[in-house]
Parts: sequence; C-alpha cells; structure tokens
Amino acid sequence: MTPIAPAGSTASQSTDISGSGFDEAEPASQRPVVCLQSISKVFSNGTLALQDMSLDVRQREFVSLLGPSGCGKSTALRIIAGLGAPTSGNVDWPQSGTDRKPQNAIGFVFQEPTLMPWATVFDNVRLPLRLAGQSKRQSRERVMEALESVGLEDFARAYPRELSGGMKMRVSIARALVPRPQLLLMDEPFAALDEITRFKLNNDILRLKEKYGWTVIFVTHSVFESVYLSSRIVVMAARPGRVIKEVTVDAPVARDESFRTSAQYAAYCRTTSEALHDAISASHRDMA
Amino acid sequence: MADDAPPPQAATVSRWISILRIALPIAMLLLAVAAWWLIVWVKEIPPYIMPAPNLVARSLVNDWPTLYPALLVTVKITFTALALALIGGVALAIVISQSSWIELALYPYAVILQVTPIVAIAPLILIYAPSTQTALLICAFLVAFFPILSNMTQGLKSVDHNLLNLYELYGASRLQTLLLLKLPASQPYFLTGLRIGGGLALIAAVVAEFAAGTAGEGSGLAFRLLESQYRMNLPRLFAALIMLTGTGIAIFGLTSLISHLMLRRWHESAVTREN
Repeated sequence: MTPIAPAGSTASQSTDISGSGFDEAEPASQRPVVCLQSISKVFSNGTLALQDMSLDVRQREFVSLLGPSGCGKSTALRIIAGLGAPTSGNVDWPQSGTDRKPQNAIGFVFQEPTLMPWATVFDNVRLPLRLAGQSKRQSRERVMEALESVGLEDFARAYPRELSGGMKMRVSIARALVPRPQLLLMDEPFAALDEITRFKLNNDILRLKEKYGWTVIFVTHSVFESVYLSSRIVVMAARPGRVIKEVTVDAPVARDESFRTSAQYAAYCRTTSEALHDAISASHRDMA
Repeated sequence: MADDAPPPQAATVSRWISILRIALPIAMLLLAVAAWWLIVWVKEIPPYIMPAPNLVARSLVNDWPTLYPALLVTVKITFTALALALIGGVALAIVISQSSWIELALYPYAVILQVTPIVAIAPLILIYAPSTQTALLICAFLVAFFPILSNMTQGLKSVDHNLLNLYELYGASRLQTLLLLKLPASQPYFLTGLRIGGGLALIAAVVAEFAAGTAGEGSGLAFRLLESQYRMNLPRLFAALIMLTGTGIAIFGLTSLISHLMLRRWHESAVTREN
C-alpha cells in the first residue's frame, strides 16, 4: 500500500520498475526509453549541479523531478535533451539501439512559452517540421491537428502577443507534439500560470499523454502538481543536486478532477511533501 | 468583441483628438512663421540679415532651377551611402556574430572609425578618393555605417537563449538559425540602426561637402548654402536650409514608416497599448 520505494541515500535505481538491466528476450517496448547512468555535471564556475544521478524511464511512464531550486532537475532535463553534455556518466537510449538520441524523438516545453513573437501561431507550431525541411503544404495537416488537440485551431493566424499566458503555453505544447515525439520533456511549464489555468493544462497534458502514448519527464517544484500527474516522482536535493527518494504513485493513469479531492491523492501529497521536506533539510545541511 | 461600436460621445471625442493631432502642429508652424514675419516687419530688419518668410518663399520658387539639381545630388549621396552602410553594416554584423575571434579582430577598427570626427578625416579622404563625389560618399557611408553595425551586432547577440536551445534541439543548421531566428529577432535593432543611420547619412553628406568645398556643376545643397552665404543672398540660404530640413524630415518619416510596417504586428514598440 505504501507507495514509497526503498530509497538509499545515494543510489536512485532503487525501485523494482527501474530495475537492473533488461533481458534480451524482453520486447523492445518494455525497455526503458532513456537511461541516465551515474550522470554528474559540474558547471564552469565549479558548482556541482548534479551528482551521480541514475534514472530509467520506461515507455508511457510519467516521471516528475521534484525538488528545491538548485537541485539540478532542470540540468538533468537539459542533459537528456542533449543541450549540454554531462561531465561524467552516460545517457542511453535502449530502444534506438544506439547511444545517440533518436532524431525528432524528443519534444521540449520550456518554463516560458518561448515563442517567436514575429511569427504567427501557425508558423511557431510548424517550426520543428520546417527545420526538418518540410514545406508549408506538407506540414499544414499536422500543424492544424496539433492546434486542434490544444483547442487553438481558431488562432492559427494570431500572433503570440495577442494570446493569454495559458494560450501561449498551449501553443508551446502544440509545437512540442507536432513532430510526434516519443518522449516529452517539460521544464516547469506551468510555473508562471495561475492555478485555474494550471489545473486545466494539467488535465490537457494527461489527456494528450493518453492520446499519443507519450512518455513524459516533468520538472516541477509543486508537490500537488507532481502527484496529480505522475506515475513516479523523483525527489531531489540541492548542493549538490542528487536524487534522495522516489515515490511511486500507484493510482489509475486516467485521472480527472475527482482525483484531486480523493483520500488517495491527499495521502500521496503527504508522502511526497515529507520526502520534499527531507530533501530541503538535506540541502540546508550541506550548505552549512 | 462586444464593444465594436463605441458610444456616440466617445466617437465625437476621438474624432476631435484625431483632428487636433494634425491641426496642432500646423497651427504652431503658422504661428512661428507669423512671429518671424512680425519681428522682421516691426524691427525693419534688412533682408541680407534676416529675410521675411515671403522672400524665402519667393526664393524657393525662383531659385528652384539652381537648388533642385543640388538637392538631387545631396539626396543621391545620402541614399547611396545609406544603402551601402546597410549592406556593409548588416553583413559585418553577421560575420562578427559567427565568432567572438572575428569580433575581437574587427570591432576595434569599427570603433576607431566611429570616434574619429568625420570633418577631421574628410581632407584625407578627399586626397585619396578618385573623385569628390566618391569622397563625399565615403564620408557619409562611414558615419551611417557604425550605428547600423553596432545595433545589428547587439540584435544578433540578444536572441532569446531558450529559442536558441529550441533550434539546437530540433537540429537546426547554422543557416536556418540565422535566417529563421537571428535575423527576424534583430529586426527592432536593425530598424533603430536604420533610423539613426538615415539621419546621420544626410548630416554627413552635408558636412563632407562643407569640408570639400566643391563648386560648379554637380555640387550639392551644402555648397549652394555656403555660396549663398558668401553672396549675402540670405533668402536663398534659408530656402536651401528649408529644403535640407525637408529632406531630413522625409528620411525620418520614411524610416519610421518602414519600422512601423515591419513591427506593427508583433513588437511592443509598434503596438497600441490597450488598457
């Protein structure tokens, strides 16, 4: 019943699901989408941003990285995305059969909408396809489908400045899904939004995840958001950034607003809050 | 959009505001001209010291055959210099933005050219250039070039880092990043450079012509201005001055219009604030 995975103080590969390696007999889809193997990252100013982080993410999992600022959660996400190499350790892509990340396999949503203000919503969403060399005509159908799935098909010709914060974030999500990625990386995407908008977008993400069969790695500093969305929460501490606990959320994948008021949700929030509290005090202790 | 039609009162007010927008500057201009006229008339100032507005207007009409070709010469130098400065400034900014080593090697020379007063190097340029026209062109180019270069360099460097990351993530080539991201993102900076450079090109063309002191056929408005001063033909001097000012205003208006057209859909500077 208790969802906390046995977590060592340094090791993170502690749960059964992210277990040790995989059989040759195992079908490819059962293999992890991405494996972090003892990743460390030292910034040029000498800060140890990440220390010995290991993490396997399986297909269709929704993994949240939760922790105080400076715990390296965004750094980890960027390393997975290939934006900056780790100082030591490896990122493996077992399903692609190589250590190179598969082309177009990743969608990334930043904390800010990160839209090009001079381009229309349509052209912003089309960007990944355009960069891959597709013409406007070739990409029209997929761009419109992506816009429809976030409910913005009527705003294709609008400019970003004409949209609200939540709508801009939806455009950003549409852009991430248009290349049909296997793995979606989200770096505190809703941190700047009001709670009502955030709840709506949480539901959108869960719905889209089901529809497209995404695997998601989600960086957040909100306990409630991580519990609502995730199948697994990786709690991290700062200075140096490291994993200190994993919480497996053993609730049905299909969730709606009723989950927010359930006793199960409350229990997971409490467990996760306690884990986060440990992470914060661990961070402070190391600072002293 | 429920408030498509504002209440009639608001419509009247906004119509008055748009009439005032045009009427006020015109009224001020008329007032200034009237004051000028009045002072000349009351104090009986002779025309070789301060001509009345009607004399200047008459000179503008009568001397048009002399002044107009001179204006064309000045305008041609100004716009050719501006065009060259735009091409050169943008091209060099792109080269500089590709590598900090190139910037380190080239940028000091751009700064040296900028900080050296153009009047001081004009004599040298006049000696080395094959013709006076070329010398004037070089002077105007040098002055217009730097604001375009420095603004454009700043613009290319100021691209949102997250957008750069995004382009990297989707495997964009250097050329794609330049054409689809860096150049569009630098538009506001480019247009600032254009507005400053446009005004400076005209000023530099005039200053260089003063320094050159060219006479006869093919000379610009600045020479006509000097010539009028030597001959105490003050009405013509004022007429030439008005034409120069008009040209400056036209360049400012043109560059502002280009700026507005390029930015009106997306940039904060060109969009009306709605509160």
